Amino acid sequence: MWKFIVRRLIITMPQLILLSLIVFILASMMPGDALTGQIDPNISSEAIEEQREKLGWNNPWYVQYSDWVVGVAQGDFGQSYRFKMPVTDLIWDRMINTFWLSLISVFFIYALGIPMGIISGRWNDKLVDQIITGYTYLGFATPIFIFALVTLWVFGFHLGWFPTGGSVAPGLESGSMEYILSKIHHLLLPGLSIALIGLVGTVQYLRSEIVDTKQKDFIITARAKGAPEQRVYNRHIFRNSVLPIAAFFGYEITMLISGSIFVEQIYSYPGMGALFLESIVLRDYSVVTALVLLFGLAAILGALLSDIILSIVDPRIRIK
Amino acid sequence: MEIKNLTTSFRIGEEYYAAVDDVSLNLQENEVLAIVGESGSGKSATAFSLMGLHNRAKIEGEILFKGRDIANLSTSKMNKIRGNEISMIFQDPLTALNPLMEVGKQIGEVLLLHKKDMSKQERRDYSIELLERVGLPRPERVVDQFPHELSGGMRQRVIIAIAIANKPELLIADEPTTALDVTIQAQILDLMRELKDDLNSGVILITHDLGVVAEMADRVAVMYAGEIVEIADVESLFVNPQHPYTRSLLSSVPATDFAQDRLHVIQGIVPSLKNLPREGCRFKERIPWIEDAAHEDDPQLHEISENHYVRCTCYQHFYFPEESKEEQTNGVTES
Repeated sequence: MWKFIVRRLIITMPQLILLSLIVFILASMMPGDALTGQIDPNISSEAIEEQREKLGWNNPWYVQYSDWVVGVAQGDFGQSYRFKMPVTDLIWDRMINTFWLSLISVFFIYALGIPMGIISGRWNDKLVDQIITGYTYLGFATPIFIFALVTLWVFGFHLGWFPTGGSVAPGLESGSMEYILSKIHHLLLPGLSIALIGLVGTVQYLRSEIVDTKQKDFIITARAKGAPEQRVYNRHIFRNSVLPIAAFFGYEITMLISGSIFVEQIYSYPGMGALFLESIVLRDYSVVTALVLLFGLAAILGALLSDIILSIVDPRIRIK
Repeated sequence: MEIKNLTTSFRIGEEYYAAVDDVSLNLQENEVLAIVGESGSGKSATAFSLMGLHNRAKIEGEILFKGRDIANLSTSKMNKIRGNEISMIFQDPLTALNPLMEVGKQIGEVLLLHKKDMSKQERRDYSIELLERVGLPRPERVVDQFPHELSGGMRQRVIIAIAIANKPELLIADEPTTALDVTIQAQILDLMRELKDDLNSGVILITHDLGVVAEMADRVAVMYAGEIVEIADVESLFVNPQHPYTRSLLSSVPATDFAQDRLHVIQGIVPSLKNLPREGCRFKERIPWIEDAAHEDDPQLHEISENHYVRCTCYQHFYFPEESKEEQTNGVTES
C-alpha cells in the first residue's frame, strides 16, 4: 500500500511540471500585465518600462519560467503584485477560509444527500421518490450562480437571516466565542447553497445503486436466511450501494481547497475561488500560476485518495 | 409438508396471471422430490412461494408445514421459519453471496438470526465446523475469506453450509448444480445427499436436468405451464413415462450408450405467462398432430398405477411424429 502511494506521488511529478509549464505559458500569453490599466496616470511610461525590466517581464518566457521554478523549489511563489504580500501567505489565509466553507458544504452534501438517496432508492417509484427525483432534476438544471444569487437575495437580503458577504463580522476578537459563531453564521448560507445543488449527483448515484443492488441474488439469499427488511437494507443493500459514493469522497476533498468560484464571488467570501478570479482579472500572474498548480495537486491527490478509500471499503480491490 | 391447490399469480398491468396453477404436492421426511420442467414452467415460482420470497404475488391455496399453513404468513413470522426450519440453496453461487462480507460472517448471520443465545466466538467456531462439514479444505482460513477468493464450487459449498446451519427440516434446492461444471456437479450432489440423510430432512429439488433427477430424486413431479402434468416415483417415471411432455423431455436427453443422428426437439416454446392456455390441455399446442378429441376439456390428474398420476387423457393417444419415431428406432437398432 505505502509503495503504491509513493509510486503514485512520484508519477504525479511530471504531471505537475507539465501543468505548471502550460499555465505559465498561458498566463504570459494573456494581454496586459499588472502594470497596465489601473495605475497612476502621472507615472511616465518610461518608469513603467523600467519597472518591467526590473521585474524581468521583458525576458523570454523560458527565462521567466526557469526563474519561477527556482523560486518554487525554494518554497517562494513570488509576490502578489496586487496585495503586495508573498503569494504563500496570501494563499494560506484564503485556503483556511475556503477549507471551512467547503467542509460545511461537504457536510451538508452527505448529511442531506445520503438520507435522500436511501429513501429514494428504497421506495423507488413511490411518491416520496418522485418528489426527491424531481428535486434532483431541478438541481441538475439550476446553475449554481443563479441559485446562490436567489438564496442570497431571499435569505440574506429580504429576510436578513444571514449576512450577505464576508467571512466574519468586523471588530470581533479572533478566537472568542462570538468570533467563531459569527464565522459559522457567515458560512451557513453559502455552504447550504453549494450543498443543495451539489448533492443532486450523490442522491442520484446512491438511488440508482440501491435500486440496482435490490435486485441482486445475494439480497434474496439474505431474505431466505430470515433477515428482517431493516437488516437486509442496512447490512446488505446500503453497504453495497455506498461504494461509489465512498470512492467519490476523494474528489470532494479536492473541493476543500479549490473552493467554489461562483459562490465565493457572489457571497464576496474571501476564499480561493474568489482569489483566483480576481487574480486573473488583475493579471496577478504569480498568484494565478501558484493557484493552478495547487488545484492540480489537489485533483491528483483527490484521485489518489479515492483509489485508497475504494481499496479499503471494497475487498475485491486490493492495491499492490 | 403438504401443498394444497397452490396458485401463485403475478400482476401484469391490471390483471393477475397464475404462474403456478393449482399445484398440490406432498413431501415426507428424508424424501427427495424433484420438480422438473422447462424454463417458465413454474417450478422456481413454486419454490419461491414456499419460502415466501415473492415480492408482489398473490398466493392462494395452502402450504402446510408441520401442520401449519405458512402461505401468506406475515414477513416477520416467515422470517422465523426461513433460514431455520426451511432453507434454500440457490442456483448461481457466483451471485448468491454478498461480495463485501466474509464467508464466516455470512454463515454467522443465519445463526445470529435464529440462535440468539450463541456468542460471536461460538458462531465463528460453528461456522468453521460447517465449512468443514461441507467439505471445504482449510475451513479456518476460508472463514475469513471473501466470496471472490473462492471458486464456484467452493462458493456453492458455502451456500449449502448456510442452508444447513440450522438443521432445516425442509431444504429447497433451486437448480443447485446448473452453474457448476460437471465434475463439481457430481460432488455437490453427493454432498447434498449425504447431508440430507444426516439431517433427515426433506428436499425439494428444482431442476431441468434429468440426470440430476435420476441421481437424487425419490419422486418426480413434472411441471408444464404452471401445472403438474405427471407425478410418479423416479423409477416409474423413467421406465414408464406417460404424459406426452414427460416423454418428449426424456427423448430429448442425449443418450451416451448409442449413437443418435438427431435429438428429439419439442416443437414450439413454453408460452409466456400472459399467453398461457387456461383451458383444456396446456400441452396441446405443442403436439398438434394429436387429434383434438384425445384431450380432455378440463384435464385432471389420473392415477394410472400406484402413486403415478398423469394429467389429461391425451397420453393414451400420444405417439411421436413420423420422422422422430423412425430416428428413435434407428438409433436403437444401431446400438
